[in-house]
Amino acid sequence: MDSFRDKLIPVTSILVGVVVLWYIMAVVLNAPFQRDLDRRANETSTFGELIGKTLSQPKPTLPAPHQVAVNFFENTFLRPITSNRSLVYNAWVTLSSTLLGFAFGTGLGIVIAVGIVHVTTLDRSLMPWIIASQTIPILAVAPMIIVVLAAVGVTGLIPKAMISTYLSFFPVTVGMVKGLRSPEIMHLDLMHTYNASGTQTFWKLRVPASVPFLFTSMKVAVAASLVGAIVGELPTGAVAGIGAKLLAGAYYSQSIDIWSALVAGSVVAALLVMVVGIAGRLVDRAMGGRPA
Amino acid sequence: MTWLKPYWQTVLAILLCLGAIALGAMSKPEAAAIADPTASFNYPYLATKQLMLGLVMLAALISMICMPPIAEAVVLFVGAHLAAWLLISGIAGFEGTALMPYFLLLMAAWLLGWRCVAVLSSVRPMANWARTGLRLIIPAIFGAWILIIWEAVTRGAGIPFILLPPPSAIGVRIANSLPTLGADVRQTIFKAVVFGYVVGSGAGFITAILADRVPFLRRGLLPIGNMVSALPIIGVAPIMVMWFGFDWQSKAAVVIIMTFFPMLVNTVAGLAASGHMERDLMRTYASGYWPTLIKLRLPAAAPFIFNALKINSTLALIGAIVAEFFGTPVVGMGFRISTEVGRMNIDMVWAEIAVAALAGSVFYGVVALIERAVTFWHPSVRGG
Repeated sequence: MDSFRDKLIPVTSILVGVVVLWYIMAVVLNAPFQRDLDRRANETSTFGELIGKTLSQPKPTLPAPHQVAVNFFENTFLRPITSNRSLVYNAWVTLSSTLLGFAFGTGLGIVIAVGIVHVTTLDRSLMPWIIASQTIPILAVAPMIIVVLAAVGVTGLIPKAMISTYLSFFPVTVGMVKGLRSPEIMHLDLMHTYNASGTQTFWKLRVPASVPFLFTSMKVAVAASLVGAIVGELPTGAVAGIGAKLLAGAYYSQSIDIWSALVAGSVVAALLVMVVGIAGRLVDRAMGGRPA
Repeated sequence: MTWLKPYWQTVLAILLCLGAIALGAMSKPEAAAIADPTASFNYPYLATKQLMLGLVMLAALISMICMPPIAEAVVLFVGAHLAAWLLISGIAGFEGTALMPYFLLLMAAWLLGWRCVAVLSSVRPMANWARTGLRLIIPAIFGAWILIIWEAVTRGAGIPFILLPPPSAIGVRIANSLPTLGADVRQTIFKAVVFGYVVGSGAGFITAILADRVPFLRRGLLPIGNMVSALPIIGVAPIMVMWFGFDWQSKAAVVIIMTFFPMLVNTVAGLAASGHMERDLMRTYASGYWPTLIKLRLPAAAPFIFNALKINSTLALIGAIVAEFFGTPVVGMGFRISTEVGRMNIDMVWAEIAVAALAGSVFYGVVALIERAVTFWHPSVRGG
C-alpha cells in the first residue's frame, strides 16, 4: 500500500492541475463568442461577469467541468433508465455489443492461437498476416460492415459486435501464441520424461503458463472492442449508444452532451479494464499464483 | 508402396476431382447443353474442363511419389495455381452459374495449395537467403489463396456486387481512380497523419523527459497515462472538429492526442531501462544528467521509444480516418469511405481500404527499418 500512497498525492495534484487548466481554457475559449453576444445585446459586462457567463453558456466551445458533471449526473441518475436520453441506457447499448464482440473475439483468438501453436503450416502462413494486420487501420472497415450487413437485413447488435470481434481477436491471438509458447524447454522436457501425451502437455503445462498472457491481452482487447463498438455506432445514423450520442452532439453542436458521453465512455472503459484485471487476479490466485 | 506417400490433402483432392467428374456439369449452361444435345449452347469450360481436372489429379499423384521436397512443392504449386487460374478465367461471362463441381474443383486446388505450403514449411534450408525467401513465399501463397477463393466464390456463386465485390473488380477500381485516391492520401496522410504523428510523438517524448527530471511529475503522470491508454480517445474527434474546423487541422489534433500517451508511457518506461551498473559507471566518470541521458539512457530507451512509434503509426491512421467520419472537406480517406458506403459503391470503399492498408504497412515498415538501423546493438536485431 506504500506505493499507493506514493502515487496518490502526485496523481491528485496533477488531476487538480488539469481541472484548473480546464477552467482557464474554458474561459479563454468561450470568451470571444461571449463578447460577441454581449456586443449584440448592447451589454457591457465586467470581467467577473464575463467569466461567470463563459462558464454557463448553453453550447460552449469548451464546457466547464461543472457543466459536464451536472449533465453527466442528470443523464445518469435522474433520468429513467429506459429513456433514450439516459446515459445508462446508451452505455448499456454500447456495452452489450462490446461484451458480445469481446466474447467472440476472445474465443476466436484463443482457437486461432491454439491452431498456430500446433500446426506448423498455420504458423508459417497465417502468423505473418496476423502481425501485418496489426499495422493497418482496421477501423476504417467499420462503416462498410454496418451498411452492407444492413443491406442484407442484419441490423442491431450483430454488426457492431462483429467490429468489436474483429478488433479484439488480434491482441488475444498474439498474446496467447506468446503465452502458449512461454513454457521453457526444461519444463517441456520434464513433461517428456513423465511420458505425457500432447494433450496432457497442453492442458497441464501450456494452458496454465498462458493464463497471465491471456489476461494481459484481454485488457487490451476489451478496450479495443469498446472503441470498435463506439465507432460501429457512427454510421447507423445515431440510433442509440455512446457513439450515437457523440454523433448527435456533433450534429447539433451540443458540446456538453459530447463531453458527458465521452465521460460515460471513459467510465465504461475503466470499469471493463478493471473487471478484467480483477478476474485475472482471482484466476491467478485460484491457480495458486503467488504475488510477485 | 515405399515410393508412394499419400497425404490426406492430396488424396482428398483426387477424391474431390472424381466427385466433380461424377456430378457432371460444371455450370448451369453446361447442364442445359447436356440435357438438350441438339441445341448449340455456349458454356464455360468447353475445352478446359478435362484439362483442369487432369491437371489437379496429375499434380496430386506426382506429388505423392517420393522426391525432393522442392520438386514436390513446385509440382503442387504449378498444378494448384494453373488449375485455379483456368477456373477463374473460364467463369468470365457466366458469373453466378456455377454448380457443385465448380466448388469441388476449387476445393481440390486449394488442398493442393495447402499441401504445397505444408511441404514448404517443413523444409529447413541451410542457406540464409533461402530461409528469407521461404519466410516470404509461404505467407504470400496463403494470401494469394485468400484472394483466389474470394474471387472464385464471389464470381462463381454470383454474390451481389454490393455485398462483396471480387478482388479483380477492386483492382480495376484502384487503377481507374488513382487521382481520387492520390488526393485522399495527400489530404489524410501527408497533411493530417504526418503532422499529428510528429507533433504528438514529439510532445509525448518531451513530456517524458520532463517527467524524468521531476519525479513528482512522473509518479503522477504515469498512472494517468496508463489509464488513458484504455480510454476510447477517438471520441474527442467531434470536439476537435468543432474547435478546429473541417479541414486537416482537426484531424491532426485528434492524431496528436491519440499518439501522445503511448509515447509518454513507453519513453518513461524506457528511461528506467538502463541498468544500475551502467549508471554507476557514468557516475564514476562524473558525467552529469544530460551526458548520461544522451549517451546511456536514451540509447537504452530506444527499443521502447520505437515500440511507441510503431503503435502510434497505426493509431495515427485510425485517428485521422475516424475523425473524418465527423465532417471534412470533400476529400480524404475517411470522407471517401463514409460517402461511398452511403452511395453503395462498395468497390470504391474496398479500394480505399486497400490503399489505407498499404499506407499503414509502409508507414510501419519505414519505422521498423529505422529501428533496425538505430538499435543495431539490441539482441533482437543482432540475433537475426
